[in-house]
Amino acid sequence: MHAAHFRPLDVESIRKDFPIFATEPPLAFLDNAASTQTPRPVVEAMDAYYDTYRSNIHRGIYRISEEATEQYERAREKVAQLINASRTRQIIFTRNTTESINLIAYSWGTANIQEGDEIVLTVMEHHSNLVPWQLLAQRTGAVLRFLEITDEGLLDFTQLRDALTEKTKLVAMGHVSNVLGTINPIQSVIEAAHAVGAKVVVDAAQSVPHFHVDVQQLDCDFLAFSGHKMCGPTGIGVLYGKLELLEEMPPFLGGGSMIRSVERDVSSYAELPAKFEAGTPSIAEAIGLGHAVDYITEANLAAIHVHEQELLKYAHQRLQEIEGITLYGPSAPHQKTGVISFNIEGIHPHDVAGVLDTHGIAIRAGHHCAQPLMKKLDVIATARASFYLYNTIEDVDRLYDGLCRTQKLMSRRKQ
Amino acid sequence: MNIYQEDLLDHYENPSNYGTLPDPDISHEEDNPLCGDQIRIDLLVEDDKIKEVRFCGHGCTISLAAASMLTEKIEGKSLDEVKQLTKDDILDMIGIPLGPVRLKCALLALKVLKAGAYGIHAWPGEEDE
Repeated sequence: MHAAHFRPLDVESIRKDFPIFATEPPLAFLDNAASTQTPRPVVEAMDAYYDTYRSNIHRGIYRISEEATEQYERAREKVAQLINASRTRQIIFTRNTTESINLIAYSWGTANIQEGDEIVLTVMEHHSNLVPWQLLAQRTGAVLRFLEITDEGLLDFTQLRDALTEKTKLVAMGHVSNVLGTINPIQSVIEAAHAVGAKVVVDAAQSVPHFHVDVQQLDCDFLAFSGHKMCGPTGIGVLYGKLELLEEMPPFLGGGSMIRSVERDVSSYAELPAKFEAGTPSIAEAIGLGHAVDYITEANLAAIHVHEQELLKYAHQRLQEIEGITLYGPSAPHQKTGVISFNIEGIHPHDVAGVLDTHGIAIRAGHHCAQPLMKKLDVIATARASFYLYNTIEDVDRLYDGLCRTQKLMSRRKQ
Repeated sequence: MNIYQEDLLDHYENPSNYGTLPDPDISHEEDNPLCGDQIRIDLLVEDDKIKEVRFCGHGCTISLAAASMLTEKIEGKSLDEVKQLTKDDILDMIGIPLGPVRLKCALLALKVLKAGAYGIHAWPGEEDE
């Protein structure tokens, strides 16, 4: 997020790394908040594992298994560097953000949350940072408290101060809203939560791919994100936790790899990170994620953020020209990432996405796994366009043209 | 072929049997939790035959057009015949292939109708049949 020294993105050369854009006209892929495309170096790294050193990790006493173990652990180091974790073993590989948050809720939550304790959330949360806490509250008798948002889709900080009491044991908050793109003032939230002794879980699925996140600077207790939203493959996600918390926590899943010794009735557990990685993990996917980290680091996260801001400003301006359009979320681009949720009067968002699809433009339509937020906005669903490093001004122009055509098609005889 | 062709848009813009009945024998409503579409169907049944049908609700082109077409198809049919309707009947009416997500939109009206005809809270599903 800081305007560090960087070269602007060479978008033309970046796009050559993504075969999916090779068609004419190219796919206008604007659903990056759901999942991003995969560049060749990531696919090639995974192919190399399958073609040349495919084997299980941490056990085999032969060369290719050692190679697989090294590459898997190298990926962990890259992830640790990306978010500036002080120890590599603070990085736990999971399937995705959802699994990371469930791990915290089951392991840390069950051990630390009791009846009457309060968990503070916002109405903006993705279901992955809501349902695990509902389940925990049902198991323990804890109470969920929700922070509302302003009309602009911003966190109301006074509400946060009121909500935080000595009863608050946990604050779980998205760093960036997947629907509105709102960047929450997470550092201030963490300071305020720590002041009442609460722990903080940061759902960073929409932030780590788009700007530099530093876990030591934030001082967050837990942070979760997914590989598939940052040029990596599906099936690999990350949980970061403070060392003392991870060490105290009981295991989540039991099985192979996570044990030190096993007797008939009892086992002792492996050290971090193995304690939380039961069973054979997603080896190729972890290696792929490591290369995705290389890819976005090489492109430069600050440059990616600036590029997305440019696309966002231009898209805000163009889309507002459309009659009957409502844009949701902050109007100031610097308060959000490259995500635009909108509705066009009289047209169901499914139809917006359906017609755009016929023009080779992919956007999202629906509740975006954020039904409480849809209720708050008083809409059934929204259409959503979201950008990443390979998107262009032409993509935005095609979105604009496509929306004009949609409007024409869907209101032929109306009015 | 695409889903935004004339006949579907015609049904969407000028749906048949849109509205409610003042004193229906069967009235049922359901929504599609994936996208929030909502459809209600009212039936007037005489001698076990559907004498009148109305639907109302909100949704995308596919869900509303499918509902409109379905109401045209069932007028005069017996409840037993309605119970026999399947996913394929809906796809035949729509006349174009649909992906799994839009299939749910297309089948919402049928789910509402069948739950109503059987007098149950919710029809368990149509997609897998």
